[in-house]
Amino acid sequence: MCGIVGLYLKREALRPELGALLSDMLVTMSDRGPDSAGIAIYGDEGPGLKLTLQSDRPDIAFDGLAEDLGRAIGAEVSVRVIDTHAVVSLPHERIAAARDFFSDKDIRIMSAGERMEIYKEVGTPQSVVKRFGLGSMAGSHGIGHTRMATESAVTTLGAHPFSTDIDQCLVHNGSLSNHNYLRRMLARRGYAAQSQNDTEVAASYLSWRMGSGATLGEALEGTLADLDGFFTFVVGTEKGLGVVRDPIACKPAVMAETEDYVAFGSEYRAFSNLPGIDAARVWEPEPATVYFWERS
Amino acid sequence: MKDTPKTLPRYSATFTPEVNAEIRRAAATGIYDIRGGGAKRRVPHFDDLLFLGASMSRYPLEGYRETCSTSVTLGARFAKTPVELAIPVTIAGMSFGALSGQAKEALGRGATLAGTSTTTGDGGMTEEERGHSAKLVYQYLPSRYGMNPRDLRRADAIEIVVGQGAKPGGGGMLLGQKISERVAGMRDLPQGIDQRSACRHPDWTGPDDLEIKILELREITGWQIPIYVKVGAARPYYDTALAAKAGADVVVIDGMQGGTAATQDVFIEHVGLPTLAAIRPAVEALEDLGLRREVQLVVSGGIRSGADVAKAIALGADAVSIGTAALVALGDNDPAWEAEYQALGTTAGAYDDWHEGRDPAGITTQDPDLAARLDPVAAARRLYNYLSVLTLETQTIARACGKSHVRNLEPEDLCALTVEAAAMARVPLAGTSWVPGQVF
Amino acid sequence: MSTLDLAETSLRDVNAALQSLNGTTNQTAWEVLNPRGAHALAVGLDAPVEVRVKGSTGYYCAGMNAEATIHVEGSAGPGVAENMMSGTVVIEGDASQYAGATGHGGLLVVKGNASSRCGISMKGIDIVVHGNIGHMAAFMAQKGNLVVLGDTGEALGDSIYEARLFVRGSVKSLGADCIEKEMRPEHLELLAGLLERAGADATPEEFRRYGSARQLYHFHVDNAGAY
Repeated sequence: MCGIVGLYLKREALRPELGALLSDMLVTMSDRGPDSAGIAIYGDEGPGLKLTLQSDRPDIAFDGLAEDLGRAIGAEVSVRVIDTHAVVSLPHERIAAARDFFSDKDIRIMSAGERMEIYKEVGTPQSVVKRFGLGSMAGSHGIGHTRMATESAVTTLGAHPFSTDIDQCLVHNGSLSNHNYLRRMLARRGYAAQSQNDTEVAASYLSWRMGSGATLGEALEGTLADLDGFFTFVVGTEKGLGVVRDPIACKPAVMAETEDYVAFGSEYRAFSNLPGIDAARVWEPEPATVYFWERS
Repeated sequence: MKDTPKTLPRYSATFTPEVNAEIRRAAATGIYDIRGGGAKRRVPHFDDLLFLGASMSRYPLEGYRETCSTSVTLGARFAKTPVELAIPVTIAGMSFGALSGQAKEALGRGATLAGTSTTTGDGGMTEEERGHSAKLVYQYLPSRYGMNPRDLRRADAIEIVVGQGAKPGGGGMLLGQKISERVAGMRDLPQGIDQRSACRHPDWTGPDDLEIKILELREITGWQIPIYVKVGAARPYYDTALAAKAGADVVVIDGMQGGTAATQDVFIEHVGLPTLAAIRPAVEALEDLGLRREVQLVVSGGIRSGADVAKAIALGADAVSIGTAALVALGDNDPAWEAEYQALGTTAGAYDDWHEGRDPAGITTQDPDLAARLDPVAAARRLYNYLSVLTLETQTIARACGKSHVRNLEPEDLCALTVEAAAMARVPLAGTSWVPGQVF
Repeated sequence: MSTLDLAETSLRDVNAALQSLNGTTNQTAWEVLNPRGAHALAVGLDAPVEVRVKGSTGYYCAGMNAEATIHVEGSAGPGVAENMMSGTVVIEGDASQYAGATGHGGLLVVKGNASSRCGISMKGIDIVVHGNIGHMAAFMAQKGNLVVLGDTGEALGDSIYEARLFVRGSVKSLGADCIEKEMRPEHLELLAGLLERAGADATPEEFRRYGSARQLYHFHVDNAGAY
């Protein structure tokens, strides 16, 4: 019901090409998910914390935002508007004040990160890539998703990737079957979901586990015990990527690795334009097995 | 000449023949009707719920190939040795006294074959039961009949009984016919007298005292075995929250369809909540305390089929308990004994005078000749078969809903056929997104 | 004499130490210091040892005692010696509610007064109270003997079965189905033994005996008011 892609660059020199490579992979997965598309990209560290914002009325919502927000939180902020999105940089300690500021505005906070920015919208992957200029973005790694909605609404907030903590994001292909009790439990532990989407619950679960001291690997192992249903997850953190499939592993997944990169796709054709793919080691991730690649 | 047209005899909807018969019986005897079993009136029940199987947006699991686990652990919150069960269906507390020794043995044998636990009752622990039950829950009741530290320590769990669904707030009155020499000896009572059980515990009242009582029981048993608290469904939110705060490992909620060996009919039919209505408030209490799953919820009262088991679990139970259904599986109310039921003025399927001890099936009796009719080994096999069917049915439904463990069933997997059931189970009316009483 | 100090040792460790004793140990004399109202102290003992608790205790001290002799050199909270099986429990001070509740055997001696529901649902225990007892004493008492040197509160022996009640002082009121009964020689003999074992300075002839009228043993509509 969805297409997912991920790319982790091992070679520094490829970083300027990350956006172009990932965009191409994403567009290749259009048939699997025509409703909406999104990408999370881990670029350079900003001067402070980066918030990616979205508004359905960006012309009004983002007009004079830098001044208004700066005054409200008592700090200097910078605002970079890209179509319906804006990336705001502000001092770390002002994030709670900023959340307060946005709470009664026609603006949604989609992510917060040192390096991560998230771009996602309703529409075809091609149109999403184009409107945000994803092809020209640089970074160390990123993940992307094309969505065919199942039980929750086709909205920007319902699009993947979901981010539920600093520099953490998740894309999912499949359908969970025990997310409702988990959603209620996590809400009581401070991870209140913004949408009815099952994937957001999985993202919150990973954030909760990592926030409670688990490593990325341990948190991914936890999904095998605590999440039911069908899933292939690709998780992004500040350091790298993780992949896990449920024990039944019906939802497709294929991986490719060279000396330059590790790539993930729902289908092999997502890799077709990657450099050196013909010589890459290509394999399908095993069921109920956690894989991750992290910068040291 | 033609007759004048006449009105037909018309029965009152209020004063039905059954009502009038009961008035005449009361007038003749001066005593309320005492009987066994649970509420017989129709109340909103699991039958009013349906599962939403997987189709396009969810994926089902393959039957028999892809695992759908049924195991459940009860009591890991504080107990060093929690109760590990292979299936989420346990046998509810039924006393030796109410039941014959053979019936208790059959329950123990059948439950052990199925990998689950049995529960003692108001009357102490018998060797038949301890010997044949791999997992035995020892009830701690207001009467304390037969209570002793040796049995406490050889139990696999303790169930502090605050109330039961058939009579929340009530004690008991077992008429003298069943107080045989052995039953009397176990209960320190004279043989053949009416037995009046207290409605409150003799040495504690309320959750603040209960916390200390639980401490005492844990100190006596070295914190080894779980402590359950059983309540009759009445105010399930508060009762569950208070049991959990008092330190229970497991909360057992028994709905009004749950049976009893002997209580006033007026109590059985008019006090307490239907099982369906009790589960969500109890689960909500555990969620509000952040204790769901850490404190397990066991639900009982009118569970008959795997569908009932699956629905109770979907609404939030960790396991269910069966009593009446287990007795039927052993042979209670079997039409094979119809002539004898007729002789008792009743019919197979309706016999509920368990307190009189004249059960033709030999289950709810202390008469040695009647009790000898029940072969404990054959009856145990029937119980095991039945428990297996309950489990298979539960798994079938869970797999259809895409669950690799039956505990992952959720309220969101259900819809309701009636407005009443939708409101009580807090699930949408079938085909709508409307949950009565839910505020958006 | 071995010593356990609750100021230094947890309740769990104190109880575990006392519970681990068995009939073969030479360490038969123990004292417990600083109880300071602790609950569930010296519960579930199962050996002929002697424990002296140097102070007052909370709920359920000596609960389910078997064989042990436990002296509380202070007062005891609710449910002291509840469900005792055998052995002896002596309270030098007063006992709160439910003293000796549901006890099956052994001897409970309260040197001071006992509060309400003393001997509730007793099933064979002997209880001797040197002072007075409160209301609802021996409610639904099934077996055993309750001896009170002082006065009793209201509703003594309500719904009583076969327990025997001996009172030297006044009885404020009797509960349902409880009546005064004849003091026969065997009762005087029994009472003399209990008084002696409890160190009570009284003679059997000073007491009156109460027990069940057995009117509630079989339901009758004309007794309905008692239910």
